[in-house]
Amino acid sequence: MKAVNLLELPVEERKESIYAKGKQKPNLKCDTDSIAGVVSQRACVYCGARVVLNPVTDAVHLVHGPIGCASYTWDIRGALSSGSDLYRFSFSTDLKEQDVIFGGEKKLALAIDELVLKYNPKLVFVYSTCIVGVIGDDLEMVCRVAARKHGIDVIPVQSSGFAGNKSAGYRAACDALLRLIEPKNKKEVKKSKSLNYLGDFNLAGEVWIIKSYLREMDIDMNVAFTGDSSCAALKTAAKASLNIVQCTGSMFYLAGKMEQIYGIPYMNISFLGLEDTAESLRKIAKFFGDPETMCKAEELIEREINANGDIVRGYREKLRGKKAAVYVGGGFKAISLIKQFREIGIDVVMVGTQTGRQEEYDTINDLVDEGTVILDDANPAELEQFIVKKGAHLLVGGVKERPLAYKLGVAFIDHNHDRKHPLSGFVGAVNFAEEVYSTVCSPVWRFTQVPADAPDWLDGNAGKREIIIA
Amino acid sequence: MGMEQAHYLNVNENQCGMCMPLGAILALKGVEGSMVIIHGSQGCSTYMRRHIAEHFNEPIDVASSSLNEKGTIYGGEASLKKGLDNSIKLYKPKVVGILTTCLAETIGEDIDRIAADYLEERGFENLQVVTVSTPGYGYSHFEGYFLAVKRVVAELVKKTVKHKGINIIVPNISPADIREIKRILKMMKVSYILLPDFSDTLDRAFERPYRKVPAGGTKLADIAGMAGAQATIQMGVTVDEVFSPGHYLESAFGVPLYNVPVPIGVENTDLFINLLKRLTGNPVPESLERERGRLIDCMIDSHKYNAQGKCVVFGEPENIYAVAGICLENGITPVVTATGGKSGKLAGLLKARLNEAGCSNAQVLCETDFSRIREKSREMEANIAIGHSGGRYLTEWEGIPLVRYGFPIHDRVGGQRLLSVGYAGTTMLLDRITNTLLENKYKNYRRNIYQQFYYGTIKPAGKGRGEKNELRLQPGAKRV
Ligand code: SF4
Repeated sequence: MKAVNLLELPVEERKESIYAKGKQKPNLKCDTDSIAGVVSQRACVYCGARVVLNPVTDAVHLVHGPIGCASYTWDIRGALSSGSDLYRFSFSTDLKEQDVIFGGEKKLALAIDELVLKYNPKLVFVYSTCIVGVIGDDLEMVCRVAARKHGIDVIPVQSSGFAGNKSAGYRAACDALLRLIEPKNKKEVKKSKSLNYLGDFNLAGEVWIIKSYLREMDIDMNVAFTGDSSCAALKTAAKASLNIVQCTGSMFYLAGKMEQIYGIPYMNISFLGLEDTAESLRKIAKFFGDPETMCKAEELIEREINANGDIVRGYREKLRGKKAAVYVGGGFKAISLIKQFREIGIDVVMVGTQTGRQEEYDTINDLVDEGTVILDDANPAELEQFIVKKGAHLLVGGVKERPLAYKLGVAFIDHNHDRKHPLSGFVGAVNFAEEVYSTVCSPVWRFTQVPADAPDWLDGNAGKREIIIA
Repeated sequence: MGMEQAHYLNVNENQCGMCMPLGAILALKGVEGSMVIIHGSQGCSTYMRRHIAEHFNEPIDVASSSLNEKGTIYGGEASLKKGLDNSIKLYKPKVVGILTTCLAETIGEDIDRIAADYLEERGFENLQVVTVSTPGYGYSHFEGYFLAVKRVVAELVKKTVKHKGINIIVPNISPADIREIKRILKMMKVSYILLPDFSDTLDRAFERPYRKVPAGGTKLADIAGMAGAQATIQMGVTVDEVFSPGHYLESAFGVPLYNVPVPIGVENTDLFINLLKRLTGNPVPESLERERGRLIDCMIDSHKYNAQGKCVVFGEPENIYAVAGICLENGITPVVTATGGKSGKLAGLLKARLNEAGCSNAQVLCETDFSRIREKSREMEANIAIGHSGGRYLTEWEGIPLVRYGFPIHDRVGGQRLLSVGYAGTTMLLDRITNTLLENKYKNYRRNIYQQFYYGTIKPAGKGRGEKNELRLQPGAKRV
């Protein structure tokens, strides 16, 4: 594999955040602020908080700030609901110059009143944004007063955009969720066979897929954080006897806290890919320990692998030798993707995240081949450089990365919050393979390889085509 | 005529607009070799990039000064300068646009001074800088767009000798629309300077190798010469003078300003073309006349279907003014017209046109949101919506079909390719509108007529209330 010449990086300060896997593993600089001017792909604290909390279906999500933050996040997530639709509305206090000068507390209090009157919610999340942090509105106080006045939960989310990065937003969201859970402080009697599912946002119904697997194993999913969840369900979280954590980036903090406060143990699982899904189901069954559950898990796994294994293997034949670049939000997702690509015969030649942690980068380092570029908080210039140099055929990323991949003539997989098809569980593994195939092997790339003035079939060698002159 | 200002007191529910810096980014993308840096926290630029990228399906590289807590408390000057260093090194731009955010404005950053210091310290000679003050709590993206164009003009235009060229200033229309306007100008043999021209930069051809800063945009040399033009034609009748680049050129350099609506519809396009004819003395070519004829032919073909249209139009003031015009021209009643920001001169202009057309109870909503638009659309029984993707909820919640027009379009591909201006573009837009009305009609007329004239007259069986199937008109049954 070609070595990456890091000296060619235009911005000196980025050097510690990028390396190519070799014998010695340098410490990757991560979880720091983005560098000015390099066009980071990262969003803000508010973004992190919003991603995590948005799927709470029956809450009013009120953004205290200027119109932009709310406008850019109105229903852009693919989280589905089996009940209320309220979470798909976008509420903003739409702060104006006057409010900036005189403070926005009064407007916020009135906004909550207005919304409670109109929608009668049990729960209101109030997100603070950059400007609120600067003008110093006392969110905590306004929310407390409103909660008392209306007899509902009004929870402030401390997510001022500039106060850290997206990970800080995850923590702010977890803190907000912790305030909801009852009973406060005392350890409740556990229901025997129920668990909470942390870090799945029910994108394209993914929570439902996992729920159906668990149901088959006689395990009750108490509540998911936060996909298709409701205020009432979240409050009961303390009665589950296990927390399983899918997206660790956003939820490891909450899982840790719940262990501390309520004595609920947690385990990391992954429902991405056939292998990981099977393994995770086994792990869960083993936790509950009774033979019948373990037996049911094995039956389910066997059935599903039989049904889907061949399909996925079929794609592996078609995709063998292709190379992928990965740039996603969290470290957990990157790790799962590396494994999942292996399942379909693809090598990952570049991998990076917006919010990965040191431990996650260590795992990534162990998983990838020598020469693979590993980087934190990348920008378009670097993505371009490494995709081209490493000869990737495919990029995995979000909406901002998609046009870049296409402009480079490279295939693309959406692994973001607004996708409309599930990638979890056995069915998700098949979807993933299908999506990879549909983009990597699309006929469109024929037209991006050859210069227009010399189509090779005019050289006479291609043979099959005829030129018909009417 | 129902007229109202901000209906909501404290909550904006489902936004019908975006913030100032976003509009300014769009405008600056139409200047040759430009790069934009937003002075504020990282998130703003990322969110705006995402928003714009999804509409145009193009990489949108916008830098941020990535202000953190420290910068917010002690001032962001160092961050901004470092951001300039890095983005200039990476993108090698000819022009850098510096925009503020609510954060930078609130902590009182003086970007003009910082920019001046910066240029002096670094000794950059060929780099142009355009600063635009765009607090997110100020105006909407509509004003941000025009203000940025005005600032580009103010910074880059030089005093120069008079020439025959005509300045053309366009609002936020699609790249395809800009290309169409350039085609018309060519047909009319007009020598022109069009600003901002993002027809290539936000709708690039696939090419190799990839360039970080796309080719295209209004040439800097051309912008410099705008002061010597014989006239400015600005498609900006709704724009307030403080944001108006055309007004600036007139007052600073004496270039006469002609403010015209976006050339959508027969009347508006006629106005534009006649103006070109008058300014240049060139005749209208026969091929353009034929395009006009085809449009009128299309209008005749569709007029009866269009007569059934009761439409809700929303988006940026300049665009909806033009679209409301095409509706009125074709017998479609614009029962609700709505914009998220302050409307500039829109409300007054629209009111006059609506009154003239006898649409006295049409609603004009300014500083509004989609909760209000939805309510009014239902009340006024709108059966078609024209506007950006925010209107998809009118379809989902109220069953009102949406013709996608404007910015942003996130739930369909090809926002950048939608053609709606000139005679040819209007023909295509009108077909989209009429066909949406027809599609809706075909989808529903069997059920509607059945329910109105048949179903209601059948008494439920077995309840002893008459078993005979009789078909008779319901009192008050309406035409479908
Ligand atoms: S204003 Fe602040 S909170 Fe809002 S999008 Fe920008 S960075 Fe995020």
